[in-house]
Amino acid sequence: MRAAAPILVLLALWQAVVSLSGAPAFILPPPLMVLEAAKDNAGLLAASAAVTGAEVVTGLILGALLGCSVAVFMVLAPSLGRFLRPILLLSQAVPVFALAPVLTLWLGYGIVPKIVVTVMIVFFPLASVFHDGLMATPEGLLDLSRLARAGRWQEFRRIRLPSALPSLGAGLTVAAVYAPIGAVTGEWVGASQGLGYVMLMANARSHADLTFAALIVLVALTLVLYAATRWIERWLRS
Amino acid sequence: MNRLPPARLQGAAWLGAGPLFAGLDLELPVGWTCLIGPSGSGKSTVLRLLAGLPTGARFEGTVTAPDRIAYMAQADLLLPRLTVMQNVELGQRLRGVKPDRARAASLLARTGLAGLERRRPAALSGGQRQRVALARALMEDAPLVLLDEPFSALDSANRQRMQDLAVTALAGRRVLLVTHDPLEAIRLGARICLLAGGAFAEIEALPGAIPHGAQEAGFGRIYETVMARLMEAE
Repeated sequence: MRAAAPILVLLALWQAVVSLSGAPAFILPPPLMVLEAAKDNAGLLAASAAVTGAEVVTGLILGALLGCSVAVFMVLAPSLGRFLRPILLLSQAVPVFALAPVLTLWLGYGIVPKIVVTVMIVFFPLASVFHDGLMATPEGLLDLSRLARAGRWQEFRRIRLPSALPSLGAGLTVAAVYAPIGAVTGEWVGASQGLGYVMLMANARSHADLTFAALIVLVALTLVLYAATRWIERWLRS
Repeated sequence: MNRLPPARLQGAAWLGAGPLFAGLDLELPVGWTCLIGPSGSGKSTVLRLLAGLPTGARFEGTVTAPDRIAYMAQADLLLPRLTVMQNVELGQRLRGVKPDRARAASLLARTGLAGLERRRPAALSGGQRQRVALARALMEDAPLVLLDEPFSALDSANRQRMQDLAVTALAGRRVLLVTHDPLEAIRLGARICLLAGGAFAEIEALPGAIPHGAQEAGFGRIYETVMARLMEAE
């Protein structure tokens, strides 16, 4: 509900730009026209949102699992972690957008390359934030585990992990906002369904209204995902 | 009780290039030894060396300490997600041993926390939290107890209550209390050691059982001595 006011302001601003600039509808369609297009293509948008949503959620879950595992692994086995770190950095130095066509070439036009791109986008920020959280345990708490002569695993489980849960929550929220970028990037380079595919097709046919409608559905999808991870974040903090 | 394993620290330490202390020989008898000194004098380093904890200082010498050590710091170091009871059991949990719930409950009762076992630390007052930390230290049943200013953050009334409780609860063990407060050192020390300006010295303590009262003969004189030593060190 708190979001209602800023959204209304944005819509008014949008309408004002359309009215004042006199831009033709195929360049910048007015909000009501976009709403119309959304209504006319409700079935297509819903089906596309389901596809993209499935890609995003699957990619997010797999990416989160991979990111968390990498972070945990680097803490529990520091020497292997030191070996792994440059490789991780290297994987992030490769622009995903450039890699996406190759993935499509290898994995086809289906849902799999989109999930892979999402995983690639999601896992690094999550692994990095969670790893930092696991390493930022207050020294005083670590003193307790040293005095108890705790093993690495017990220290991890009782001290490091609980202290790092808030940063895991923060990492998940960031990942949730990035994840749709991954899925749409994947769809952009080759797809037969999904919101990215709809936007690309509509744009090619100068249906700016449908492009905008698909974009707004994508934004809504991202916001829902964000709200869900915020809820998880609050739970991890408590 | 006199069969407790020994605890002794001998040697010298440097922080970077500068010496922190030299020629230190601190042997802890059964009972309370108070180590007093200004901030940065290295008194916490002495305690951490005995505990086998990382210090950031370079140490040359020998540390003799029992395997099991109980420890309290100025911060209560309670885990916010665990209940009071689970915090008291932390040592056993960290060792992967099944926690002794009955013992934890009796220690909580002894530290005046009966009925609060299921609370989270955030729902406790500062004094209560430090009592949980004391119960956790007692749970270790260690022959050596290292106290790094555990009463400093408490208000005067709570501080005195905690001091008295700790004296009763830790009787018969080797206790090292690091403090910067001369009153606390005189009140609780069967022995008082001073670490200031890199030099280590033992100062006369009041005879008889601790905690000492301020009306006891000699309290004021020892206070003046300690203060003079602290002032000249700066």
